[in-house]
This record gives sequence, C-alpha cells and structure tokens, in this order.
Amino acid sequence: MTSTTFQHTRYVISENLVTFGAFALFLVLTLFAIFGEAIAPYDPLASNAAAALQPPSAAHWFGTDQLGRDILSRVMVATRLDLGIAVMAVALSFLVGSLLGTCAGYFGGWSDRIISRCIDTLMAFPLFVLAMGLVAALGNTVANIIYATAIINLPLYTRVVRSEILVRREAGFVEAARLTGNSEWRIMARHLFPNVLPVMMVHISLNMGWAILNAAGLSFIGLGVQPPTPEWGIMVAEGATYIVSGEWWLALFPGAVLMMAVFCFNLLGDGLRDLIDPRMRT
Amino acid sequence: MTLHQSASSTTATDTVTAQLLSVENLDVEFRTRSGTVKALEAVSFAINPGETVGIVGESGSGKSVTAFTLMGVLDRAGKVANGKALFQTDRVAVDLLREPESSLRQLRGKELSMIFQNPRTALNPIRKVGKQITDVLRCHTDLSGDALRDRAIEMLASVRIPDPEQRYDAYPYELSGGLCQRIMIAIALACAPKLLIADEPTTGLDVTTQATVMNLIKDLATQQQMAAILITHDLALASEYCDRIVVMHAGHVVESAPTHSLFRAPRHPYTAKLIAATPEPHKAFADLIPIAGNLPDLKATTIPPCRFSQRCDRYEPALCDQAPLTRQQPVPEHHVACWKPLE
Amino acid sequence: MTSLTDLPSQTVPLLQVSDLCKTFPIGKGTSLHAVDHVSFDIRPGESVGLVGESGCGKSTLIRVITRLLDVTSGTIQFDDTILSTVAVRQFPKSPHRKGIQLVFQDPTDSLNPRFTAYDTITEPIKRLEGGHNKAQLQARAAELADLVGLPQELLSRFPHQLSGGQKARVGIARAIALNPKLLVLDEPTSALDVSVQAVILHLLADLKERLGMSYLFVSHDLNVVRLLCDRILVMYLGKIIESGPVEQVFNHPRHPYTEALISAIPSFEAKPHPIPLTGEPRSPINPNPNVCRLYGRCPKGEDKCQQVMPTLKEVAPNHWAACHFHN
Repeated sequence: MTSTTFQHTRYVISENLVTFGAFALFLVLTLFAIFGEAIAPYDPLASNAAAALQPPSAAHWFGTDQLGRDILSRVMVATRLDLGIAVMAVALSFLVGSLLGTCAGYFGGWSDRIISRCIDTLMAFPLFVLAMGLVAALGNTVANIIYATAIINLPLYTRVVRSEILVRREAGFVEAARLTGNSEWRIMARHLFPNVLPVMMVHISLNMGWAILNAAGLSFIGLGVQPPTPEWGIMVAEGATYIVSGEWWLALFPGAVLMMAVFCFNLLGDGLRDLIDPRMRT
Repeated sequence: MTLHQSASSTTATDTVTAQLLSVENLDVEFRTRSGTVKALEAVSFAINPGETVGIVGESGSGKSVTAFTLMGVLDRAGKVANGKALFQTDRVAVDLLREPESSLRQLRGKELSMIFQNPRTALNPIRKVGKQITDVLRCHTDLSGDALRDRAIEMLASVRIPDPEQRYDAYPYELSGGLCQRIMIAIALACAPKLLIADEPTTGLDVTTQATVMNLIKDLATQQQMAAILITHDLALASEYCDRIVVMHAGHVVESAPTHSLFRAPRHPYTAKLIAATPEPHKAFADLIPIAGNLPDLKATTIPPCRFSQRCDRYEPALCDQAPLTRQQPVPEHHVACWKPLE
Repeated sequence: MTSLTDLPSQTVPLLQVSDLCKTFPIGKGTSLHAVDHVSFDIRPGESVGLVGESGCGKSTLIRVITRLLDVTSGTIQFDDTILSTVAVRQFPKSPHRKGIQLVFQDPTDSLNPRFTAYDTITEPIKRLEGGHNKAQLQARAAELADLVGLPQELLSRFPHQLSGGQKARVGIARAIALNPKLLVLDEPTSALDVSVQAVILHLLADLKERLGMSYLFVSHDLNVVRLLCDRILVMYLGKIIESGPVEQVFNHPRHPYTEALISAIPSFEAKPHPIPLTGEPRSPINPNPNVCRLYGRCPKGEDKCQQVMPTLKEVAPNHWAACHFHN
C-alpha cells in the first residue's frame, strides 16, 4: 500500500506543474516555520541604528527597517507565528464544524434546525468585523486571535460537512453499516465522515490562506500580535508609512511573502483532493 | 476484413445506396490517465430504411460509445480515429463523423434522434414537458404559437399519454418513469426522424412498462417508416423487437444477423454463450451457464487480435491469433467475425 | 460452518410476518401506505421470491424486516422472538442482528468507498462478534473470500478498483460473514451484466445449499426468481396479491396482475403479445380500503372491484390470490 501511495503522490505532483509549485512552496514555508530562527541570517529583534532603512543588498537581501533589523530574518521567523495561528484556527474550526455539521446532517430534525440557525446567526455578521470585535473584547493575545479566526470560519465547515453528510446519509453503505451492528455514532465517525474528507481538504487549504490573511489583517490594524514580535501583518503596517518616502522594501517583502503563502494554500487544495481520494488512484 | 466490406462485395451495389446509415471501419479511442483505450475497432454495420436493429453487448462492449459517436456527442476524451458513417438524408449522403457541428445540429432532432437511458435525468427538471417538446419543434419546423402547442399535444397523445392537454403543463417530477420515457420518445419523434437511436430505453423501467414502451416505439417506427437502433444488454428484449441484431464484444462487432437466424443458429461462440447465460422462462437452472473470464484490458499495448480469444473454449493458438476475419456464412445476411465459427 | 448441521426438519416458520403495515406521513392527515397489511412466513431453508414493480413497497417491506425501518403496526416474529417491538436504534445490540442480513441492489453504492474489501468483509465480525485478533480476522476474511469466489489478492482493494461482479461478491461475503439464518437479497443481480449475473446466481444457489440459509429474494426479474426460489410472493401497491409455489404461479397465474407481469417477460421464444396494463397505477397515498388496488388498470375490472377489496383466498393448495375473478 505504501509504495502505491508514494507512486500516486508522485503521479499527482508530476502531472500538474501548478500543484508541484504549490507543494514546493508549502515545503519552503514549513521549513521556515520549523527552522526559521536557526537559519535566519540575523537576530530578528536586534536593532542597529547604524544600519537603519538600508535598501536590499548582498548583506541584507530584503533590506533593513527603521530600527535596522534585517527584514529577511524577520520574514522568516514570522512564518512560524503566522502559519501557527492559521493552522490552529483552521484545526479548531474544522473539528468543531465537522462535529456540528455531521450531527446536523445525520440526525436532521431538531438538531439540524438548532445548529443551522446558530450558524446563520453567525453568518449575519460581517466576519472580519466580528473577528475584530472578538479580539477587542477578549484581549490582545495570540490565543484570542486563534479563537476569533476559528469562530468566523465555523459556518463554512459546518455547512459543507452538513450538506456532504446529507447526500450520503441514505447511501447503501450506511444501511450496510447499520446492518453490521454499528451504532449511530460509529456510523457517523467511521463510515460517513471519512467520505467527506476529500471535499474538506480543498476547503481546509483554501481556508488556510484565508486564515493567514485574517490573522495578518488583525495585526495590521493593531489588534492581536503586538510589536516588536515579527509578524507579516505588523511588518506591512509598519512599512506602509515608509512607502511614501521611498523605502518600499519595508512593506513589499513581507506583503509579497504573505501573498505567496495565501496563493500557495489556494493552489494546494486541488492537489490535496487528488491525493486523499482513493477513487483517484488507479 | 470487416462486416461491411464483405457485405458490399457480395451484394449488389444498389442495396448499398439504399442503406439509410452505413458505418464503416469505425475506430474510436479514449485518452485516459493510464493510456489510450481502443474502445471501438473496425466497427461496421448498416441500417436499411424502416428497419429495427439491435446492438447487443455487455457493459464495456462499446455499444453506447457507438451511439454517442453517431450522434456526435462523444465525450471530450474520445476521438474518432478512423472510419465513416454515411447517413442518407433527403438530398445527399453525409458523413456524420466529418460533418461540421453546425450542420449536424440541423440533422439532430430532425432526421436523427436519440432516446437516453434515464429519462429523469435527460429531461429538464424545471421546464414543463410540453415546452420541452415545442423546443424541438421550434428548432426544426416553421410552426409557432397555438399550432406549436397543438402539435405538441398531438405528440403526447401519439405516445399514448392519458390526458395530453393536462400533461402538457406537467413537470417531469410529477410523472412516473414510464411516462417520462414516453415524453422522451415524443421529443425524439416530434420531427419524424428517419433514424431513432434508443440507448437502453427501458433499463430502469418495470417489465410491464417496458413492454408498453417497446411496443410504442415499434408501432411508431412502423407508422412513420422510421429505422431504429435499439441498444440493449438484454438479448431477449432485442429478440422480441428487432429485425436484425448486431452483437458487440469489447469494441468489436462479432456477429450480425437477422434475429431468427441469430437465435436459431448463433455462429460466434460469444453469441452462443450470451444466449446460454440469459435466464429464460423455461430454462432450467443447470442450463444457465456463466461466461468465464473478463473483457481484455483495452488499455494494453498488445490486445489479442480476437478480443474474445481469452474467454473462448474454441481457441486454437496459431489460427485465432490472426485478426478475426469476417466471413459471410451460408445463411445470407449472417456475418460472423470468427476463425472457428460454430456450425 | 455451524449452520450446516441444523438443516430444516421442523416446519416452524423462521420468519413470521403478520398484518404488517408501514406508512409514511406526508402531511396533515395524509400518509403513504407503502406496506399495507402484509402477512407471510418463511420456513427454515426456504427460498421465497418477492416480485413487484418499482414503488410497490417491496424495498420498504425488506427494510422493515431487516430492521432498518420501524414498523407502523403488525408483528415480525423471528425464531420465537418478536422483533417488531425492538426499536431500530436498539437493534444493533440485539442477538438477532446477525441472524438477518441484507445483500444490496447496487454493489457500488453499498460499499464504503474508503473501506478495502477486507475492511468491508470483516466489519460485521468486528462489530457483532468482537474479541478477534488480527490473524483470526484475516483467516475469516480469507475463508469468506474463498466461499464467494473472490480471489484473496483482491481483499486489499478499494471498491473502485473492483469490477461489478467482484463488488457483488464482496457485498455477499459481508452479508454471510456471521452465518445469518435469513438472507434478504434486494435485486442482487440487477446492476450486473448477463454473464456475471449467471455466475452470481449459481453462487447464491451454492451458498444456500452449503450454509442452509433461508432466502427472501426480491426482484423485478421473474426469470431470475423462478430459478432460485421455491415460493413466490407478488406484491402490488403495498399488498401481497398472489402467493404460491413458483412453478404453479408461473404456469397458472390467478391474479390478472401476475398474468400481465408474466406475459411481459421478454423471451427468445415466440409468445403471445403481452397483456397490456393500461393507465397509471393508483396512488398509494390514503388509498381507499374498499377498492381493489389494480382497479383502473385491470382488464377484468368490474363494479364489484370498486366496492369490495378482494382478500387472499386459497385457490389451490398453498396457492393464494386476491382477486374476485381468480378463475
């Protein structure tokens, strides 16, 4: 089985250059997230007034900021925080959303009505404003950014899982599972939910990009992560004031990396679906 | 080499020109992720005006691919690699495989119609069935307004739908499967086509409904002097309603003969086995004999020349490893593609 | 296989269905009568065929019997136990769960796309017997694969990697994994090709002999039912309208519907034109209890059929028909 999985992975990646590019980029981002601090050329927090606002050069590839900190190092180190927030938020909303969606779709009736109405209520708010409100109310911590991002993503997961479960609820294999002595909970968890996963992978991946953007957006407007912590949103916000005076690199590089990360996750979705769906293996 | 060539070499040329449709040497390939599938190879057969021909075979035999190719609605992955399909219109014979899409659109629905396997998915669920009939009429006739509606109601009545006036305003979901299939037939026959291709028209229907739908197609075909191709996996059904039967196996035409001749004395081992495997009202259980083996892998680079050879108990090494030759049998009009046909 | 030893000798029914009703509410005061006062029984080792058009309620009936649906009224007795009072959600814990199993119509839809053939076949053993280690499970799966003629190397495959016939074998293997006493087969061959259908029919006949199961064989194909069954039940719009030994019903049908059904079977042999059933079936929603369900389509229909619902009468030994004109 493992050799066929490997062959299949190789096939999916080699057959589609875009997927290949997305996977490569994802690998780079993961490496930065894990080893960012070790491989960064400079200390991301060490300021050096003598080297402030230097344009990109051989010594500082992305230039330096107003305090003389190396932007490349800061961008690399920030990867862990930004990806971390996104992964945690997506994982949280995926878990809770899947549970709610599976219950709503499988049991129908009252549980469906209650869950669906709650989700509708959540969706009635402008989501980013809701996230701002939540962080402002709960306090400026990384954990609260994660909670806020998770809550505003909850409707997506709940709705997608609910509809996917709904179409499979009457399938023959569910009846068969009941005949072979599975309890209702077991049917939901072991038989129905795994079949929803391939579809969910695409959503998770798209949502990751969105969650990164959301976390960076909150930091950009001053909520959430506080300076001097290296974080893409803060770096863009701080750099934005220097664009007018000609120091474009302060905002451009963190912004470009942020964009690449979002782009990468959006492209990854299709590739992941092909990987995880056994029907795509031949 | 092929059925058609051998037929034309022995029969007079005037019968060839009288053919409504003649398919010659049709090759169709599908590109898939794991290689090219040779779905049809050297498929040849002919239909005379007013004749009902059954194309019979198991799934994967290429019978539906043949129909889709003729209608020009083949899947995008499919490609006609070779062959001709000459269709006799009022004026000229056109090659359905080479005609531009614009003129094919003129033919489809008017001279050449198709009924699909599942009437519920083939009908537009949010459009009244009467409107779906007038859509076809509007495309191909000069009728308009009330005349259009009257003609549609007339069509509904001709397919024996009770209360045609009320049913005109019905939506497909309000009708049973049998009624939906009759609507499909009404749409297909609205412009009195010369050829109807029916792809498993009764597969989802009950036996009693199947009988009424098939009798309806047969009666209308006789009335309108229409030829029909009945594509089915049900040999017994084909035997009841077809004048001639073409048996397909793995993309080859293995046998083609008038119905009575085919069932009285099948010449191809596959046809004989297919007949033996079909449950019948007076057949004992012990006489129900399964066909061993599977279809050959049509993706393989070396498909045996006779695609039945691996399942055949008459297989003889050197002889059967040549491409199967089509010979005319002693019985006229009975063609078989086999090196060792049954006597 | 243990059940080989206790072959049927007594005539105590294995399954006894009496006066069973299943209705689905579809609005205020209206309900769809899918199964309407149905009674029959199945003796140990017997094969009973259930035929009827789509929508006649046969799918509902077998889902009630296999305890996938709750009953509205009536009783189901299986092996001296009344099952109809056990709620569907509780039934997985019942000791009779493994006694009644179902083979599904569509071999693709009924296999979990993310389970290998091995997972599917061992699922009932793991859930309903438990306490097996991996080696034991593998031995059982191999034994079952042999029994249904599935090559063992295919056990590691997912459904989409199997052919239609192989999927059907996996579905059968799952159903017989725990030696059920009653196997309900829901059109097990209707999605298969003729050549494969013949193989599966032979397999089912062989399994019945080896494992001594009773079959309730549901089909719309009378030719198939005739080959495999001892007795036949004909259902029309929620009611059983004729029942009897299979050859007798085939050769001397007493109900006009059965007659039409039999005459409509396509055949190679020349035969008289099928008896047409004109018009549309009556609605199963709040049906009038005094009008024969076939009235309106029946070539014999008379005023009497509109006033009194015909009941099942024994027209010959063991041969019952519900028609005023059964002669």
